[in-house]
Amino acid sequence: MSLCCQAGGWGRAELKLYEFQAKRVFAQGGISVPQGEVVQDPEDAARVAERLGRVVVKAQVHVGGRGKAGGIKLANTPAEARQYAAGMLGRPLKGFTVNYALVEEAQNIAAEYYLGITIDRNADKAIAMLSSMGGVDIEEVAATQPEKIAKLHIDPAWGPWDFQLRDLVARAALDPRVSREIAAVIRKLYNVFLTSDASLAEINPLIVTADGKVVAADGKFDVDDNALFRQKELLKYREVSEADPIEAEAAKLGVAYVRLDGNIGVIGNGAGLVMTTLDILSRNCGKAANFCDLGGGAKAETVRQDLGLVLMNPNVRGVLFNIFGGIVRCDEVAKGIIDATGTMDIKVPIVIRMSGTKAAEGRELLKGTNLIPAATAQEAAQKIIELVKGWGG
Amino acid sequence: MSVLINKDTRVVVHGITGREGAFHSGKMIEYGTKVVAGVTPGKGGTVQNGVPVFDSAAEAVKATDANTSIVFVPAPFAADSVVEAADAGVKLVVCITDGIPTLDMVRVVNYIRPKGVRLIGPNCPGLISPGEAKVGIMPAEVYREGSIGVISRSGTLTYETCDHITNMGMGVSTCIGIGGDPIIGTRFIDALKLFRDDDGTKIVVLIGEIGGSDEETAAAYIKETSYPKPVVAFISGRSAPAGKRMGHAGAIISGGTGTPQAKVKAFEEAGVPVGNTLEEVVQLAKERLG
Repeated sequence: MSLCCQAGGWGRAELKLYEFQAKRVFAQGGISVPQGEVVQDPEDAARVAERLGRVVVKAQVHVGGRGKAGGIKLANTPAEARQYAAGMLGRPLKGFTVNYALVEEAQNIAAEYYLGITIDRNADKAIAMLSSMGGVDIEEVAATQPEKIAKLHIDPAWGPWDFQLRDLVARAALDPRVSREIAAVIRKLYNVFLTSDASLAEINPLIVTADGKVVAADGKFDVDDNALFRQKELLKYREVSEADPIEAEAAKLGVAYVRLDGNIGVIGNGAGLVMTTLDILSRNCGKAANFCDLGGGAKAETVRQDLGLVLMNPNVRGVLFNIFGGIVRCDEVAKGIIDATGTMDIKVPIVIRMSGTKAAEGRELLKGTNLIPAATAQEAAQKIIELVKGWGG
Repeated sequence: MSVLINKDTRVVVHGITGREGAFHSGKMIEYGTKVVAGVTPGKGGTVQNGVPVFDSAAEAVKATDANTSIVFVPAPFAADSVVEAADAGVKLVVCITDGIPTLDMVRVVNYIRPKGVRLIGPNCPGLISPGEAKVGIMPAEVYREGSIGVISRSGTLTYETCDHITNMGMGVSTCIGIGGDPIIGTRFIDALKLFRDDDGTKIVVLIGEIGGSDEETAAAYIKETSYPKPVVAFISGRSAPAGKRMGHAGAIISGGTGTPQAKVKAFEEAGVPVGNTLEEVVQLAKERLG
């Protein structure tokens, strides 16, 4: 959880960068980051430490609270760097396997600040947030001392004016000796935020070193997936960031799919409808295995692709389709589902709820197939839950 | 009676020669909507669905006196079309396109708002005033004329709600799909204000979902202004786990905001009953309609 989320931002991004990737983006934008290298082999960690001296070894995972979980270690010698990297790489950290470790020059820290930029959907503008209380407990600060976080809404037409940045820094009550430098970092971060179509850009902590330099010591960077068509450079980060293989496949195919932890696959036409289907299952004590939106239309090809994705999840013991016939009529959708399932080897029961235009005709078509029709979402939910129980789910 | 659109609405369709634009402009014309012009750069002088096509919105509005735009232009270019429509002088822009970069919408919304142009969407089904006009992509068959105002972030849930309304013998004054994105032109509170002043609307059905705080803002508005009409609500995504985006870009619980519990509580405190299912919500509306 980031502070930006708490401040009314939204953590929507499908593309989350690792710290080392975020720092590359920051560095390209002219923001100072510690010298370092990302490694996948403990020997390389030793080699980097050989070159840089005292280093910090940091496990690269998309989860907060790394430090407390042993994911950040200070290494005084190359041998220690090797040892710490070996203890992280390939091992789980808070449920995520660590594939990369960032080995960075250790910093002499004089002060730790917080800087974040996100979209404030309530104000329809980007918002910059700055606090003198950087470090791991920033969420706590937001909850208990919100006055310690200074905020600035940025006009998209003009960007931040210098006086606004000076005022923001003054309100955050940072060390006055670095205010100019901090204001410059905020502008640079805003520029990167804009040019990379970020939904979240966060530096926490933004440190002031003992010799007065301002350095991004840690970073988070989430990219708006709607903008990936014009962010080809960032797309290369996608595959290494994807945690779940089915979600990764869905992202490749452009399917709105989210994996959940139940055993009933859910497919529907429309995000709201699918979400409501999950709710109905939940209310009937069923557990959905996924969210999957067919989108408009429902050609056999689309059904086959989406059903294929849903069935990739080995926990799925049954599938529930929830279809509302609108412009696309239920009988057309029924044909699509019958065509698709006819060519697939499906071992689990499928219940199909149809309503709206030509729903009765659609249900009629399902007769004589293995597909089980239902008239209401409630009826469909109960049917699939019963069937899944029968399957030992 | 209705809000925003009626028999006098004159529509220009942006992207009328594209697949979606061509199909849905045909459907709108079939419904009786006055579609007076289309815009596709480079295709000026041609005719689509019997409607003259222009190279620019300015030309289209000048030649046809259009007062409303509907945008079907693909996501990378949609923001530009919305601004072009607003600059051409229409007062209402309906943006159907989904997948528009959020920062584009930030620019659009901040640009058009001072001009007094109302935007519906993006990523929405548009709006319909049954018996008057349809400026959107919803299946017209499920709508009947009546006195229920409907506002929704979700397309399919709106259709289903209105289908239930029709099946229970009632009808809709205007149904507004406000869209599922985080940055939208018209939010619940704005739509509630419109329905407040519409004599043809006796009750409002509000279909919300997880993410953001527009439902809470609407609830506070209803409470603080002693909203003069009954409102009933539905929240989808009540079982959704935090941190997972549920299809709509705006539908995500993050950092403790956007939870269904907070939304249900806000509505209940404002005297707005929240139904567990769409059927239940429509039933609640029926009881209040008398």
